[in-house]
Amino acid sequence: MDLGVIDLSRLQFALTALYHFLFVPLTLGLSFILVIMESIYVMTGRPVWRQVTRFWGKIFGINFVLGVATGLTMEFQFGTNWSYFSHYVGDIFGAPLAIEGLMAFFLEATFVGLMFFGWDRLSKLGHLIVTFMVALGTNLSALWILIANGWMQNPVGAEFNPDTMRMEVTDFGAVLFNPIAQAKFVHTVSAGYVIASVLVLGVSAYWLLKGKWIAVARRSMTVAAAFGLASSLSAVVLGDESGYALTDNQKMKLAAIEAAWHTAPAPAGLTLFGMPDMAARTTRYSVEVPWLLGLIATRSLDHEVAGMSELVLRAEERIASGVIAYDAVERLKIDPANAAERARFEAHKRDLGYALLLKRHVADPRTASPALIASTAWDSVPNVPLMFWSFRAMALIGFAMIALFATAFLLCSLRLHLRTRWFLKLAVAAIPLPWIAAELGWIVAEMGRQPWAIEGVLPTFLASSSLGRGALWTTILGFTVLYGTLAVIEIRLILATIRHGPDEQKEDQPAAAPIPAVAA
Amino acid sequence: MSFFDYEMLRLIWWGLMGVLLIGFALTDGFDLGVAALLPFVARTDAERRMVINSVGPTWEGNQVWFILGGGAIFAAWPHVYAVSFSGFYLAMFVVLAALILRPVGFKYRSKRPDPAWRTRWDWALFVGGLVPALVFGVAVGNVLEGAPFRIDSDMRAFYEGSFLGLFTPFTLLCGLLSVAMLVLHGSAWLALKVEHGPVHDRARAYGTVAALASILLFALGWAYVAFGTIGFRIVGAVDPFGPSNPLRTTSVAAPGGWLVNYALYPWMMIAPALGFVGAALALVGIRRGSEPLAFAGSSASAFGIVATVGCSMFPFILPSSVDAHSSLTVWNASSSARTLGIMLFVTLIFLPIVLAYTGWAFRVMFGRVTSRDVRTNPDFY
Repeated sequence: MDLGVIDLSRLQFALTALYHFLFVPLTLGLSFILVIMESIYVMTGRPVWRQVTRFWGKIFGINFVLGVATGLTMEFQFGTNWSYFSHYVGDIFGAPLAIEGLMAFFLEATFVGLMFFGWDRLSKLGHLIVTFMVALGTNLSALWILIANGWMQNPVGAEFNPDTMRMEVTDFGAVLFNPIAQAKFVHTVSAGYVIASVLVLGVSAYWLLKGKWIAVARRSMTVAAAFGLASSLSAVVLGDESGYALTDNQKMKLAAIEAAWHTAPAPAGLTLFGMPDMAARTTRYSVEVPWLLGLIATRSLDHEVAGMSELVLRAEERIASGVIAYDAVERLKIDPANAAERARFEAHKRDLGYALLLKRHVADPRTASPALIASTAWDSVPNVPLMFWSFRAMALIGFAMIALFATAFLLCSLRLHLRTRWFLKLAVAAIPLPWIAAELGWIVAEMGRQPWAIEGVLPTFLASSSLGRGALWTTILGFTVLYGTLAVIEIRLILATIRHGPDEQKEDQPAAAPIPAVAA
Repeated sequence: MSFFDYEMLRLIWWGLMGVLLIGFALTDGFDLGVAALLPFVARTDAERRMVINSVGPTWEGNQVWFILGGGAIFAAWPHVYAVSFSGFYLAMFVVLAALILRPVGFKYRSKRPDPAWRTRWDWALFVGGLVPALVFGVAVGNVLEGAPFRIDSDMRAFYEGSFLGLFTPFTLLCGLLSVAMLVLHGSAWLALKVEHGPVHDRARAYGTVAALASILLFALGWAYVAFGTIGFRIVGAVDPFGPSNPLRTTSVAAPGGWLVNYALYPWMMIAPALGFVGAALALVGIRRGSEPLAFAGSSASAFGIVATVGCSMFPFILPSSVDAHSSLTVWNASSSARTLGIMLFVTLIFLPIVLAYTGWAFRVMFGRVTSRDVRTNPDFY
């Protein structure tokens, strides 16, 4: 394999995925905020709520199309850039992607057209149901995508088949109800709700500071404060750290996040700050809170949190066992009917992926020396300083969001939100923060997955397509230029829409000019 | 469950792949055709807005057929997904870049009144319609010719072709046929959906040319398949229940091989017949001013042309032109029986639901777009 191609493929995936996730969380959250606003309109019948709904609907629309446009790339990128991954796990990984299209994306994409064009053609309640279907569709989309992603982190319900040289489903229920997927779903959509709430809160605060569109702004702010408080609590409290104790690789991710180089006696302390040093395998200047990590990660006082050194020893054993499975697979390629080899394979198949880690250093893992196996075991550790800092920055923003929305909620309840100017300024300044946290969250999740594409199953450096560097540079530059241009356009349009403000409300529009069914 | 054995599941999923591709051609196909026609059938801003709004409320749902097609091929035919999209890498990038312009083009064009801004988006939409239509056809042509890839014993695919190598006289012919077919479908949609006036007249004129071109190009393609050098056949035994391992199949080039099925299964002739008859009916409908007939005809034609490709190649899905043991077929490139079964179950539940609400959405937006609508309705693009 050409490691340059691997790095470029990873760069492209990271760029397009992180870019995609600038738009998706806003769609996830704003769709439900629209449902709340429109429900109030339908229940009270007050035109100002229609105005509120339609304004945020406009912002939703500008953002939505870029989520869709960049999602196109994601759906096909596994095939274009990660073709060995696609072959190796398509039997499992393809299903949630396909179901996402069928169950969720059809729903949101079909109803989003009616949401924008149907104001005059649907009853009030009918339109509200359409808006709700859009919100349901976007959130179901997230569920299926995170089931796929959760399986990459914890590949349950599947095993390797030497006849087809790939992973195949053994228990689809386990894939569906993968606890890591569930935790990720709750955490990710909550983060999306926070992002949308912060935008609504910040823009409303901006208007209040300018003294414009007070009626729309204060109502929007109230909705955002309540929804944002619930969401930020959910995002932080139901963060997916609880899933980190489940498997060897999840434990490794947790150990890297906490820079836990060695297993500490239970209950482990939480390192608040420090300087992790990969080369020396130690953390300098660390500030520790006793007991806290053990409590968070194991929900107990007597379970240990595994450290990296111990997990690496475990990886070393699994590599040695995996080499036996690898050898059996090579022999089964020549003679698929060999029962003895099949039995050897069955005994060691769950470690096959670990043997593949050796392919970074030798063409045939069977020739690896014990010393090489021992040094390769350290490949199973992700980039510790990156994990350590990304996680802390994300968590800090999470707590800041709770404080922000708690304050907003308090001020709204006391009816002080129109006058408290310092808070309004703070709310505007806070707008970018949750986006940063969301991107950092993906960095923690996916960089923490390294060196694996599928944890314990397929290393990233084996997963890519057999492409040339020229082709990759072409598409990276192409996507960068295209996405960059579109980002500038989108931001300008959103800013212009915010400056323009909500459309003046005509008296609650009559049930629309009837449209002739067929013009003669 | 004996009816749904592995062989039957593979056959069903071969059929469902056809359903998805045809669903895409029938629904998003007219969106692509309309976008490709936009700068020509409509000249003033008001005219262009009528054209854009004729698909504005529904195109987004239609596009999901494409995305679902990608996802379903991934789930049911992972080898095909892995080999084709990585092999046609730059072509795929061109398609994606063009398709990315569509959602933004539809939405952002109307956000500013500036004519230069709007003209730029009109051309972006034109690219977003024409380029995918062309490249999809070229890609199908390459599939028919066989693609230069090999699969090693780890099942890793290596592609030996180049981007420019995708364009041969035959594949370009297929590309043009795809454009003609979708432009015909798009003009039939416009004739049905836009009020009588200059746009309607121009759509009919372009539709006439596209219908004639479709018939001519489809006949030329058929002749090339019959008398040219393309086609493949499987040598030796095939196990329809065997594991999905392409290395255990041997295939060779066999000129004329793409017509063998029509002798074995004469009912398959329905597909090419629909391709021709549909286009002819569309032509009659357009000339007589019977728009429903024109649209039914163009739909039948697109259905027939896509189905012809599938019927001609069965059981091949993606033959290799350079390696006898790499060709992907219905019997060696699918997911496991369990995955095919689960996905079939999910499809049987959700596809009818999707069709039901899609039908409802089209009904809500029923009726022609008028120049009055684009002047007065603030929700229009």
